[in-house]
Amino acid sequence: MVKLKELPKNAHLFTGGHRACSGCGASIILRQALLVAGENTVVAIPTGCMEVVTTIFPYTCWNVPYIHVAFENAAAVISGVEACYKAFKRRGKIVKKLNFIAFGGDGGTYDIGIQALSGAMERGHDILYICYDNEAYMNTGIQRSSATPKGAHTTTSPAGTVIPGKPQHRKDLTKIMVAHDIPYVAQAVPSHWLDFMRKVEKALSTKGPTFINVLSPCPLGWRYPPSKTIEISRLAVESKFWPLYEVEKGVYKLTYKPKKEVKLEEWMKLQGRFRHLFKPETRHIIDECQDEVNKKWEVLLNECKE
Amino acid sequence: MPILALTGNEAMAEAMRQINPDVVAAYPITPATEIVQIFASFVADGRVDTEFVAAESEHSALSACIGAAAAGGRVMTSTASQGLALMHEVLYIAAGLRLPIVICEVNRSLSSPINIHCDHSDTMGSREAGWIQIFSEDSQEAYDSVIQAIRIAEEAFLPVIVSTDGFIISHCMQRIQALEDEEVQKFIGEHKAPYSLLLNKTPFTVGPLDLQDYYFEHKRQEIEAMMDSKPIILRVGEEFGKKFGRTYGFFEEYRLSDADTAIVALGSTAGTARAAVDELRNNGIKVGLLKLRVVRPFPYKEIAKTLSKLKVISVMDRSDTMSTMGGPVFVEIRSALYDEETHPLMVDYIYGLGGRDISIEEIVEVGEKGEQIKRTGKVDKLIDYVGLRE
Repeated sequence: MVKLKELPKNAHLFTGGHRACSGCGASIILRQALLVAGENTVVAIPTGCMEVVTTIFPYTCWNVPYIHVAFENAAAVISGVEACYKAFKRRGKIVKKLNFIAFGGDGGTYDIGIQALSGAMERGHDILYICYDNEAYMNTGIQRSSATPKGAHTTTSPAGTVIPGKPQHRKDLTKIMVAHDIPYVAQAVPSHWLDFMRKVEKALSTKGPTFINVLSPCPLGWRYPPSKTIEISRLAVESKFWPLYEVEKGVYKLTYKPKKEVKLEEWMKLQGRFRHLFKPETRHIIDECQDEVNKKWEVLLNECKE
Repeated sequence: MPILALTGNEAMAEAMRQINPDVVAAYPITPATEIVQIFASFVADGRVDTEFVAAESEHSALSACIGAAAAGGRVMTSTASQGLALMHEVLYIAAGLRLPIVICEVNRSLSSPINIHCDHSDTMGSREAGWIQIFSEDSQEAYDSVIQAIRIAEEAFLPVIVSTDGFIISHCMQRIQALEDEEVQKFIGEHKAPYSLLLNKTPFTVGPLDLQDYYFEHKRQEIEAMMDSKPIILRVGEEFGKKFGRTYGFFEEYRLSDADTAIVALGSTAGTARAAVDELRNNGIKVGLLKLRVVRPFPYKEIAKTLSKLKVISVMDRSDTMSTMGGPVFVEIRSALYDEETHPLMVDYIYGLGGRDISIEEIVEVGEKGEQIKRTGKVDKLIDYVGLRE
């Protein structure tokens, strides 16, 4: 089990010196995950923020074997690496146990990469896929994705005079992964680091495909000061926008239950991407988002038998 | 040597069985489906101990191959047509990462209009992807070339596409002189990848961002690797010949040494063209055939040396470049001859798109037209079509 006093002793396999923005949620997530995974890990990353900021020839901040191929295929690439590992094991070329982790943003995971992800999960490879969900295509300059929440301003769902931000609610990818009947699925955030790291530990000790969806606040895209990443992560959980739960062999479990009522707008108002909604003529969108959160929370409580 | 009656697909699958790769990741597509099916049955029956990944698309199939090859494995796949087109993005990446993957490809037209039959649009459309490309006239060549491709890929650090013609070869049975399993294993040897995501003592990064600083140099190295692959292809083809009696080069010459005119063809049409050359020779026309085998790297110098002394060259192209300057083989050979002192007259014949059959008579007519051009010294139509209603 992950313990705070043990963690500082672990090697930093995702090293400093990368070019992520200050306050970047995704880089915190990668660091936390690798502190748990350890050196016997192979990482695949699709094209996106974390690919761009962690490598530039001849430099790399990865102290574990790393491969980047393209935008939509990290799950397929890691499944190929894992397939080769199985072949090598069978043929006596390798003995040690290795972890296989793909880290993809919501673009490479929810959208363009969902086919490869679904295929890899269905085939049952022994891999962990971690999505750092920053709710838009941040690498190309904040374009909407199917993970972008309703009402959010992005450069392809701009808050215009007629259409106030993204018209649709976000896609629930975590549930789609649960529907694949894989042995372990979870949601996490960087603020609840112990919760996330224990989930990584659990996923890696589970045989077969596992998936963790991590909300990844992005100061640039969500329009908030870099110092507020952890506060915004925490509020996403407290407002029930991003519940922390896991689904182990089909059994739902809430891993953290907010104690007091926090309205969704408390989370939204800290972020410039929702600013245009706080006007009389668009406030109903905030209400609709709140209704959606309430509805999904009730469903989740029911599933968790809370 | 076992004598087998195999279709092109069966021959390629048999070669894959004998190679027994570490990983095969593939997706079925007409007319290459059987290769994947047969290989899956080899896996299911324990006749190989390959890790088989039944991917959910060709894009993922090749992506998984890239992952497996970067992990240090000997890796193969199979596809055709739309499947190769769907792989297009990752074809470049496999080559850029210098991974020795081998594709057993079956040439088929590209949509639209949708058509499942043979032409070379798919493979020719991937010419610039950085893969060594080898065409096969028949199942025997396909079988032999797949085995050689493993060696070529691993020595040149470049991926290889070996292709047959859809249905014409892929589904037609032919007598094959196969090799013993041990002979294949001995010929290909053990794959020792210089870098492996799994076996390297110190971790390394594959596929980093590569901008203005280094991208150009890396691409230049890839071009150099393609140049360096030429002697490798020849050496492997010769060694194969010494061991098993069938020698392979960049192209094959048939009755060319004393010819005035030549027909250039590749794939299954070469066999038909050989019969046409015999008939034309019987009628006193001094024509020969150049059967192209290796399209990437393109054997410019060697072809120019062989063809520049001739008076007329008639190129048979089973695809078009849509440049309005004819098919890919025509364009490349014309370019190859530019620096020669003598320039033969050239005509391109686009034929057989979407699987339209080509007959001996039609190629005889191509040869007769070549003879007429030789006599008159005039080319009326630079680009012509054979077997087309117009």
